[in-house]
Amino acid sequence: MQEETPPIGPEPGSGQLHRLADHLFRHEWGKMVAVLTRTFGTENLELAEDVVQDTFLAAFQVWVQQGIPANPQAWLYRVARNKALNRIRHNRFSSQHDFSNPARPLPSHGPALHTFPEEPWEPHRVSDDMLRMMFACCHPGLPEEQQVTLILKTLCGFSTAEIARAFFCPEDTVSKRLYRGKAFFREHRIRPEIPGPGELQQRLEAVLHSVYLLFNEGYNSGQPDRLIRTDLMEEALLLGRLLTAHPETAQPATFALLALLCYQYSRSQSRLGADGNIILLDQQDRSQWNHEWIAAGNEYMNRAAVGNTVSAYHLQAAIAFEHCSAPDFAQTNWTGIVRYYRWLCRLSPSPVFELHMAVAVLHAEGTAAALRILEQMDAPKKMDSYYLYHSLLGEINQRDGRHEAARQHFEKALALTGSEAEKKMLRAKMERLCF
Amino acid sequence: MKDFLLLFRGGLQFQTASPDEIQQHMLVWKDWMDQLSKEGRVTGGERLTGEGATIRGEQRQVTDGPFAEGKEVLGGYFSIKAHNLQDAIQVAMGCPIYRHQGSTEVREVVAM
Repeated sequence: MQEETPPIGPEPGSGQLHRLADHLFRHEWGKMVAVLTRTFGTENLELAEDVVQDTFLAAFQVWVQQGIPANPQAWLYRVARNKALNRIRHNRFSSQHDFSNPARPLPSHGPALHTFPEEPWEPHRVSDDMLRMMFACCHPGLPEEQQVTLILKTLCGFSTAEIARAFFCPEDTVSKRLYRGKAFFREHRIRPEIPGPGELQQRLEAVLHSVYLLFNEGYNSGQPDRLIRTDLMEEALLLGRLLTAHPETAQPATFALLALLCYQYSRSQSRLGADGNIILLDQQDRSQWNHEWIAAGNEYMNRAAVGNTVSAYHLQAAIAFEHCSAPDFAQTNWTGIVRYYRWLCRLSPSPVFELHMAVAVLHAEGTAAALRILEQMDAPKKMDSYYLYHSLLGEINQRDGRHEAARQHFEKALALTGSEAEKKMLRAKMERLCF
Repeated sequence: MKDFLLLFRGGLQFQTASPDEIQQHMLVWKDWMDQLSKEGRVTGGERLTGEGATIRGEQRQVTDGPFAEGKEVLGGYFSIKAHNLQDAIQVAMGCPIYRHQGSTEVREVVAM
């Protein structure tokens, strides 16, 4: 029996004392759907979701009248299991069957009762099934938005409406993504499984990337609701921890990603003001930075420092660490950060990384050096449509006293961003320009 | 004290509600239920499933499902003790169903 490594860092969202843990239903949703999907197959994902939804409805009806059971989780599991068995008994599931899969019994009545596990909710099995589900959701055949949407729905227990609110997009869009994702599962008979050694590295990269995207939806999004953003970051952290707990997915890049997420999370509450406006790094109240999470990040960093591959996450975590360990803005190790960014841009070239590097160069070496970086960039035309490119040029021009040029770039940036918080910040910068 | 029925219609749509919403709603209902029980108000109550049948008219025509549709479907009831209608209305005011656009009908039971 593999030893389960205790999770590093405080439990996200564990602050409140309640009769029920915060988001208990939501977290149990993910576990139960994962286990049931493994039994029924991804082509029957909706069936699995139905069973779990029914289970929560039953909980609502019974617990209101009879009180919350001493072990709510066990109650949920028992009821879900019975409902699932009932469906199997009465043959109430999809007629699609994968004959090519030796693990599935031939249908006389579809999944036979004996294929339903005796102990479906045993913790290792649950974690295993959730990981399998993650790989299914991050299948290379699915576009990124569908991957993240599927994860939020099936693993994180968000409703379509909640996903729409989180991503600031119409519910219809979310519904379509889910519909297409599930259709893909059916058409390609995707099995939830951990890929074999040949495919694992590549598939894991996609999973890590999804977790990273999910976290960034909370950290960087234009969504003004702080609670929703914290929610998304916490879900990403939970999924990340799941990955670090399983031997096959507990790789250096995984630990590096967790380190990065912990560092970002530790600073997340001080980034947004009470009215949803962005507080820039040089003005953030560093006493608000959560040191427990920074410590957790450090532990993950240590565990990431094995082997001889450095991933983009290692470098981003290193940069985040430099910020977290600087007592104030002035003492930030900008030179070190620039070095990491240069490495990062070589390893994983991207316009966003290059722009962030230019910001670091601005602080480390001044406006002339930053301008040189911008001028040396590939595809300046592409840069032209990046809000950050113009925001940075505005900043550089302002510092050099070229106020008219600064104003023009800020205007351009304003037009390019959809985020209310960023717009506010840009307008504030423009107001500070004097003529 | 007189007997009244509180008839609940509409409210949280369980088919599309998220696990979070169901959990939160359950806790709020439970709190209300507990409070009423403590006050000795509740004499009974049941929740009704969505299935059933309706039989109408001399022809005894049977249709599937409840009498009404959608938000009007009767979801359940409480039987309570109250001094009079105003008192019963006050009790019904505390119901969590309104936050999800549900309604409560307050009816006095004929005393025998």
